[in-house]
Parts: sequence; structure tokens; C-alpha cells
Amino acid sequence: MDPFVSITSSTVVLPRPDVDTDQIIPARFLRATDKAGFGKHLFADWRYLVDGRPNPDFVLNKPESAGCHVLVAGDNFGCGSSREHAPWALTDFGIRAVISTSFADIFRSNALKNGLVPVVVDSGTLQWLIANPGAKVTVDLTSSTLKLPGDRAVPFPIEPFARYCLMQGVDQLGYLLSRDAEITAFEKRHA
Amino acid sequence: MSTPKTLFQKVWERHEVVPQTADTPAVIYIDLHLIHEVTSPQAFSELRARGLPVRRVDRTLGTMDHSTPTRTEQVFGGKPITIESAAKQVKQLEVNCAEFGVELLNLASDIRGIVHVIGPELGATQPGKTIVCGDSHTSTHGAFGALAFGIGSTEVGHVLATQCLLQSKAKTLAIHVTGSLKPGVTAKDLVLAIIGKIGVGGGTGHVIEFRGPAIRALNMDERMTVCNMSIEAGARAGMIAPDEVTFEYLKGRPRAPQGADWEKAVADWRTLAGDDDATFDREVTIDASAVEPMITWGTHPGMVAPVSGSVPATSADPVFDRALAYMGFSAGQKLSGSPINVVFIGSCTNSRLSDLRAAAALLKGHKLARGVQMLVVPGSQQVKKQAEAEGLDRIFIEAGAEWRESGCSMCLGMNGDTVDKGNYSLSTSNRNFEGRQGPGARTLLASPLTAAASAVRGAITDPREFM
Repeated sequence: MDPFVSITSSTVVLPRPDVDTDQIIPARFLRATDKAGFGKHLFADWRYLVDGRPNPDFVLNKPESAGCHVLVAGDNFGCGSSREHAPWALTDFGIRAVISTSFADIFRSNALKNGLVPVVVDSGTLQWLIANPGAKVTVDLTSSTLKLPGDRAVPFPIEPFARYCLMQGVDQLGYLLSRDAEITAFEKRHA
Repeated sequence: MSTPKTLFQKVWERHEVVPQTADTPAVIYIDLHLIHEVTSPQAFSELRARGLPVRRVDRTLGTMDHSTPTRTEQVFGGKPITIESAAKQVKQLEVNCAEFGVELLNLASDIRGIVHVIGPELGATQPGKTIVCGDSHTSTHGAFGALAFGIGSTEVGHVLATQCLLQSKAKTLAIHVTGSLKPGVTAKDLVLAIIGKIGVGGGTGHVIEFRGPAIRALNMDERMTVCNMSIEAGARAGMIAPDEVTFEYLKGRPRAPQGADWEKAVADWRTLAGDDDATFDREVTIDASAVEPMITWGTHPGMVAPVSGSVPATSADPVFDRALAYMGFSAGQKLSGSPINVVFIGSCTNSRLSDLRAAAALLKGHKLARGVQMLVVPGSQQVKKQAEAEGLDRIFIEAGAEWRESGCSMCLGMNGDTVDKGNYSLSTSNRNFEGRQGPGARTLLASPLTAAASAVRGAITDPREFM
């Protein structure tokens, strides 16, 4: 996993609340046995017309969205299914951070394990971002802040352990494996 | 005197391998890990790449349900699985379980079924356990007083390798349900009303404990329906303290404790209920007596109204307008009488024997309305067998419905059972998101009773009209 320290990008704005994981990636694309290649199915039912051509009205298909790494979305992003294919699809497409006022718990957990940073901001900041699509922002994990144009910096909460893993580019399994002695002791106590 | 604790706090503390600190989440031990074909292959690949074994095969159980067909000839090998990628996923789970020594209930098994139906049915789901699965509806098992929640595939790998998860302690939300449900009003209507009240993000960051006389009065199938949809309110998990109803359900089930171990287990389970003076981070009260048969009219489970009611009146909200445009409804439209095309009785929410009995009792002696397609998909092969022993399958078939093998089926449109674009599907499942049952499909969530009544009329119908 690539370390995530800081990323600067224009934003893509999807101003809808309650974007569920069935929209991020519909279930019919989950019949796979590896993690790669889900980006082409990201937001499939919104992004493509029935005949398979890109829907020109959908924000990800607009020329100015090309190369953007930061998605701005409404409240309660990632609700619904536990499918980790949702963050896999977002990162495979090139998204490295999502900004919203809140995230569904399982989506947030999955995102943090895949180099995708969930950035929680207040509704005023979100409204500004929605009103200013394409704004150049920096998601900086060193300071846990979202930097906005005009030298504004908005701090966002992130669990220290997840932040450490993201910045080092390490997964969390190594840490769990390192607690083997405690796990074995627990199993003996509860045998 | 020790601090009073909630049910959640008691179960959590029993499973702390390493407590949470300011810098690190807690290491929590997992008693039961359920796996299925869709969210586990990437986790097994990770183990293989690192040369790791499955730490506790005795605490791991595999089944296949999500991408599996429900047509008998495909399930039992007369014909191959039509969808090639689904066949590959099923095969991969067989390979993975064989290689790592994990027990798998494969397509030929007579105890296979939807992961959240078989755990309880086998007695593997028990009070006080921590239970996880790469599926958000793992919250179902909380009906037994277990702490049960959905995880992603990376975490499936964590549990396979270490039998543990890194978790931050959730907040607690008590939902007190007073009064009692009226005839014709089911646990499904109750949970839809709860989601309508607290919203689809209302439980985020919280573990819900459902309490009160109306919850105590529910049987285990009904409690599972309520806990199942906790995730639709955004909750990490839903729990109900175990009681005599729970013990009665589990007694004698093959994977429940037996003999002297049973008495010991029950004595321990009796200590799990939250202390009287324990406090919750938030509390909500809802009166079950005021709940009506409910149905969703929009594109998430919080967009819900009584079957006898209407779509809300117009608002300036673009979200509302978008949902109505997708559903083909107009603001203020009366729900009852609105035509439907498909009826689906099934899913981890409402596919248990009591759900099928309720639907069959209403349907008996009736035929489906002209043009209505109805699928009845039992939650497990055991449910199917029991239903057939009671003749429920005949009632469904004689009414004109299709009787299938167990699986997730039409709930999520990834196994060949789908709803066509623009069609209305009255479904006993849990999600009415855009495209959930197929691209452009319009899902209306309701109870098995409402589903059966509506199938007869070919339109949204209050089941009490048949009572």
C-alpha cells in the first residue's frame, strides 16, 4: 500500500446524501475473486447509460473531473453493505480521499484499510465545497487538516492508529500478528 | 460496587484481548466467524500470500448464499450455474475451505442457507458471543444477545489469521419499545418504523440495544428481523438481551451446548442482561401499539410510511424529488392500490419458517393477481424442508408463486434473480436502494403479510384487509 502523507487535488462534487455502497459499486460486479479492476464499475448505474456509453451528465464523466483524487459528497457516505469493493473501486479509479459530514461505520473502517482517507467536516465547510466544485484542496495527514483555498485549514478527526498505518503505508494485520502472545493467553484462559 | 454495565459493555469486556488505549484500538476476540463466497476470496489470497494458516478452523464456518442460483436444477447439479463468474466464486470457496481446513456447507449440503439464517438455526449463534461475517446483516445474530457485526474483506483476513479484530468501542443507543404490536403488524413493520423515526444514519457509531415489553413479546425469528435491519439505521450492531425465549429456541440445536454444559451455559447467559442502572449514550422510545403495517416509498429504508398512508407531500428537497422520480411516484400519492409487478419473499430479514407460515396462511385459497410474478425463497435448506413438511410450498405453488432453493436471491440482484428496469418489486428484504434488485428496479420493502396480500391484489395492500 502506498503511504498517504498529503494529497493535493481539485475536488469532484457529488452533492447527494446517503450514497450507499450499492451505488458505489452494484452487487452484480462483486462476482470476482480478487481486488483489482473495480474502478471501471465505480458508480456504474449513474455513470453509464443503459447502452453502456458514459452518461455525459454524471460528474465523473465531465472533462474537468479527470485526474481528480478528492471526492466531496453528502452526509452519511457509504451506508449499506459491508462490501470492501466500494473503497477498492474508489481507489482503483484514483480517489484517495472522500470529504463528507459523516461516513457509515463499516465503509469508514474499510476505507482506512485501503489508503482512502475519510475526511469528516462540519456542514458549513461541506456547503462551501459543494458550492465550489473543482476547488483545489489538500488532505494532509501530517497535521490531520483539510487545507482549503485562501490558507484556510479545517482539522478533521482520524484514529491515531489508522493515521499511523496510512502514513507508513503498512496494513493492520502486522500489528495484530504481533499480539500473538496475548491472543494465545486469552485462548488459554477461555479454553 | 462495580459500575453498572449494559449488555454490550458486558459482552465487549469478555472479549478484550488487549484493551483500547489513546493510540491503539482494542484487540477483540471473535468467537464465531461466518464466511461466504463473495467477501472471503480476497482474504484467503492474503493468507496465502503471507503463508499464514487459519488460526481457529473450529470457530470458522463457511456457506454459500449471495451469488448462488436458486433454481433447483442449477443448485443440485443437473445443470451448471448459468453465471460463469458466480460458478467461479463458488468453486473458489470450495478450494479455499479445503486448502485451509475450514468447514463448508456447500451447494449439496442439506443444512446450507443464508449465512444469517443458518448460524442461529444450527445453534452456533449464542448469547454473549462475538460473531462477525463479511456481510453487514451480521447484526441479525444480535437477537440472541451476541455482539455481531459486519466487516470488510481485509478484516475477514484479520479474523482468519488471528481470530481477532482491531475495534474502537462503539457508543450505546437504547431503543425502548413500549406497548404491543397490533394484529397484522409485524416485527418488520416495527423495525421500518424505527428506521423511519431515527433515520438511516441515526445509529451511526452506536450499538443499539432493543428493549421493552414489545421486544420481550417477540419470538426469535421476529427479534432477528429487528436486529437484522439495525444496519439500515447505520448502527454498528443491534442487540437484545437473552431470556427464556432465547434459551427455548437454542435448546437441543446441534451446535448449542448439550447436557450439563447446557445448564452451565444458561446460567452464564442469564448474567448478560444489562444492569438496571446502566446508562446509554442515547435513548429513544417508540410505542409499538401505534405502529401500522409499513412500506417504503423511496430509495432508502428511512423513506417509509404506513401502507394505509401516502408518499409525503411535496418539498423543495432535491433528494426527495430524485427518490420520487426514480420510484415513479408523485408527492402525496396514496400508497395502497399502487400497482406492483413482482413479489419477493425471502432474504436474511424475512425468510424463516414463521415468515413463510404467515405469508402462506394469508395466501391460502388465493391466486396471484394477473401479471404478478412471485418468488418465495426459503432462508435455508432446513427451512425449505420444514416448510415442505407443512405443505407451505403447495400453498405458494398453487397460488402461482415460484418455490426456490435457499439463498439471497432477489435481495441483491447478483445471482440471476433480478427485477426488470422500471418494475415495482414488493420485497421482504432489507434495502430499497436504487438498482438493488437490478438496474432500474423499484423496490418497496414490507412485511411477508403485506407482500402476500399485495400479491393477491396486484397492488400495495394492507394485509389487515384479509383478516
